[in-house]
Amino acid sequence: MAKIIAIVAIEREKIGGGAPIFIEPDEKAMQQTAFLLEKILDASAHDLKNGTIVIVNHH
Amino acid sequence: MNAYLVEHKMLIGVLLGIVFGIVSRLLMLTTDYRQYPTYPHGRIIHISLGVIAAALGAVAVPALYNKDYTAITFLSLAAQQFRDVRKMERETLTKIDSLELVSRGSTYIEGIAMVFEGRNYLVIMSALLTSLFAIVWNVYLGIAGGILSLLLVRFLKSGKTISHICRSEGAEVRVDGPDLFVGDIYIMNVGLQANQEIIKERGMGFILTPYNPNGKVTISNLGQRQAILYDLSTILGVYRDDGEPALIPMAKLDMKDGRLAVFFLPQEKDMTKALQVINKVPIMEAAVRMPTEASVNKEAQSNG
Repeated sequence: MAKIIAIVAIEREKIGGGAPIFIEPDEKAMQQTAFLLEKILDASAHDLKNGTIVIVNHH
Repeated sequence: MNAYLVEHKMLIGVLLGIVFGIVSRLLMLTTDYRQYPTYPHGRIIHISLGVIAAALGAVAVPALYNKDYTAITFLSLAAQQFRDVRKMERETLTKIDSLELVSRGSTYIEGIAMVFEGRNYLVIMSALLTSLFAIVWNVYLGIAGGILSLLLVRFLKSGKTISHICRSEGAEVRVDGPDLFVGDIYIMNVGLQANQEIIKERGMGFILTPYNPNGKVTISNLGQRQAILYDLSTILGVYRDDGEPALIPMAKLDMKDGRLAVFFLPQEKDMTKALQVINKVPIMEAAVRMPTEASVNKEAQSNG
């Protein structure tokens, strides 16, 4: 089963739960962090279209 | 010359059988785009097993001719042997598969292993027919029988391809924010803008429309889809690397009407070639289903 292994977001209040959370000031910084996390964790980044990107391990 | 041929009928029959058996194995041994068998050791294994199979097939007839009926049990030994080889083949390919950028998938591997075993039986058949004709009648008829068996082998070796069951056409790859579509079929969510750009630039999309319900079930099989992706990526190259999980080729079904959308990132973006490749993808034996042949569906058809 796929598992969320990290969350990158702009608004802290919208996010909660068990995965590591990264808060970024704007969209551009969010994309950059998600990019790095995708390469580091070897897991895909998916955009939830609400200012949140989840890094999901599909293996 | 003729007296010699008659005198050594058995020997000549067996030799002729072996020769035609080996020829039929060589005929079936083509290193094609699936890149199998490997060069050169894979080939040596295949050819030498072919020689053994040919010899086994060829000696069966003289054994029967000399009323040596128990010798036929030899053939069961051969069957056992080839089954073992099939198992070995499957294990090797499965191990290699884990290190491929785009994997073959177990259905494809099973198909290759099955073909490998089946071809050895075809060699036995070819050798048996040739030696039968040569020993029961004469050498010339043996040669004729051998050629006939080669034609039969050629006919039996080739299976059907995707072009038999569905129409494939190119389709536009559309990136709408994080959503990725091929034509009107949703493929996946791509979160990173960097990846969205790559997909916009290099992505290729195809839509496969099955002709009938049988084709619909066959292309919905995951192994069949993986085979399409594998063949595409071996021939056109794949724009992908380890640690790039978003750039994965994918095939998704439109569940409403059974069309299959294929999304793929090639090294060489050539639509005509890609369509040719898709059309030539073999249909996996394990994926074939024939719902229209079932009695329930036949009755329904005749009822109107």
